[in-house]
Amino acid sequence: MRDAVARFVHDGDTVVIEGFTHLICFAAGHEIIRQRRRDLTLARLTPDLIYDQMIAAGCARKLVFSWAGNPGVGSLHAFRRALEGKSAGEGGLEIEEYSHFGMVARFSAGAARLPFWPLRNYMGTDLPTANPRIRSVTCPYTGEALATVPALNPGVTIVHAQRADAAGNTQMWGLLGVQKEAAFASARVIVVVEELVEEDVIRSDPNRTVIPGMIVSAVVVEPWGAHPSYAQGYYDRDNEFYVAWEDISRDPDQVARYLDEFVYGVSDRAGYMKAQPHLAARLKAKERLSQRVNYGF
Amino acid sequence: MAAVAARELRDGEVVFVGIGLPNLACNLARATHAPNLVLIYESGAVGASPSRLPVSIGDPALVTGSLMVCGMADVFQLFLQNGRIEVGFLGGAQIDRYGNINTTVIGSYERPVVRLPGSGGAAEIAVHARRTLIVAKLNPRAFPERVDFVTSPGQRCGDHSRRELGMPGAGPVKVITDKGVLEADPATGEMVLAAHYPGVTADDVQAGVGWPLARRERLGSVMPPTETELRLLREVLDPRKVYLKG
Repeated sequence: MRDAVARFVHDGDTVVIEGFTHLICFAAGHEIIRQRRRDLTLARLTPDLIYDQMIAAGCARKLVFSWAGNPGVGSLHAFRRALEGKSAGEGGLEIEEYSHFGMVARFSAGAARLPFWPLRNYMGTDLPTANPRIRSVTCPYTGEALATVPALNPGVTIVHAQRADAAGNTQMWGLLGVQKEAAFASARVIVVVEELVEEDVIRSDPNRTVIPGMIVSAVVVEPWGAHPSYAQGYYDRDNEFYVAWEDISRDPDQVARYLDEFVYGVSDRAGYMKAQPHLAARLKAKERLSQRVNYGF
Repeated sequence: MAAVAARELRDGEVVFVGIGLPNLACNLARATHAPNLVLIYESGAVGASPSRLPVSIGDPALVTGSLMVCGMADVFQLFLQNGRIEVGFLGGAQIDRYGNINTTVIGSYERPVVRLPGSGGAAEIAVHARRTLIVAKLNPRAFPERVDFVTSPGQRCGDHSRRELGMPGAGPVKVITDKGVLEADPATGEMVLAAHYPGVTADDVQAGVGWPLARRERLGSVMPPTETELRLLREVLDPRKVYLKG
């Protein structure tokens, strides 16, 4: 992870660590904090705790997002502190805001290498006033006015997954979010996996491959790399930590202590897990195997 | 509120489920009168059948045993924009006279007093779901005459109706609160008092609303939760009182 971040994540980059609740690569976010990257444009549908931590750690210049809360709990307080009672940019954080559909459409345009994506949306809302990059186009076939959002082409996208082979052919299951589109839209892709497998394993179930090796810059093997997010079939979401973040993130001193202990104070994910020896037993997934399918002909 | 919201759902309908009370309402409906309700979560779980109460809309229990899991581009393009969603649930920090919802900022956008999470999928659900149900507790600050910011469009936006603006869905048809139910007036789009809970007067409802609340000529009375509904909510669906705090 250290090498991948050092090589592929640069100051000033647009960085996407995707994953909708599921498979959010906290390990990569923590490594970016440890390497003290600065002036990043962080883009994600749901900034979640990971971008709240990266904002608190001073990595972010700008946030591009569609829902900035702590899912099922409340607020992201580092994010709120940067914006509340402050004029644009005064808190050190610029924002560019869409809805989920808008962000998904931005990645779809980026992945297809189109300049924009049309969607039937935003009529009657104040979002296009708040964000002038939400515009409209007249359909050349029907004359209908459609909303448009610009392509998002990140410098680097980081995707966590259950497994990949050494060439980066990456398989995931469970909630898939917008990882495929974000990866194809990106100049560089880092894949972080729970398990490295042989190419034979990938070839035995090709429909499960979401990201092909040809677009992958680096493969990192980092078990438990998504915690406190989760990996279906490997470990459950740490809802207790999401609840705990509500109190931690309210207080900048507590956030600093958290970062000192669990980010700066460890050198990698193995160290992070060693510092919390009870996590694995509490969160390990139960078995629910799928039925096998026949790929023969 | 969960029981009242559940009764709004008809068996076999396709519902876009939000987290919190709507999630409870949908699972209560499935356990009672609407076993064939199809739950779709914006995270990509279609036909979910969660064996525990999901804390977030991305809970792994939504995947286990669901009918389909798809990416979010498919959720918004192939299900929502395609017109497949019959009911959408929405909530918000502010709801106004025409059912416009604010989940973005209190105060000005440029210099917010309170920064809320933002739209998520709410803006597009409000545009596309064939009808939406709003669930929120009454309080005059939460129900102002006009919201500070329109995140999700209601029945009238400025001087325009939904149809004039080209929105496919019917928008918010009901607001289910903790004291009564408001309904959109078909002619004006204004939210008017349609029914109140037992032991609550129309004036009690008015006290929680920041505009002069019109009333239907004949006000309905909301049936209190049945023993079965209460037992399911308290013992089966949310025994740890994650959402049943109020």
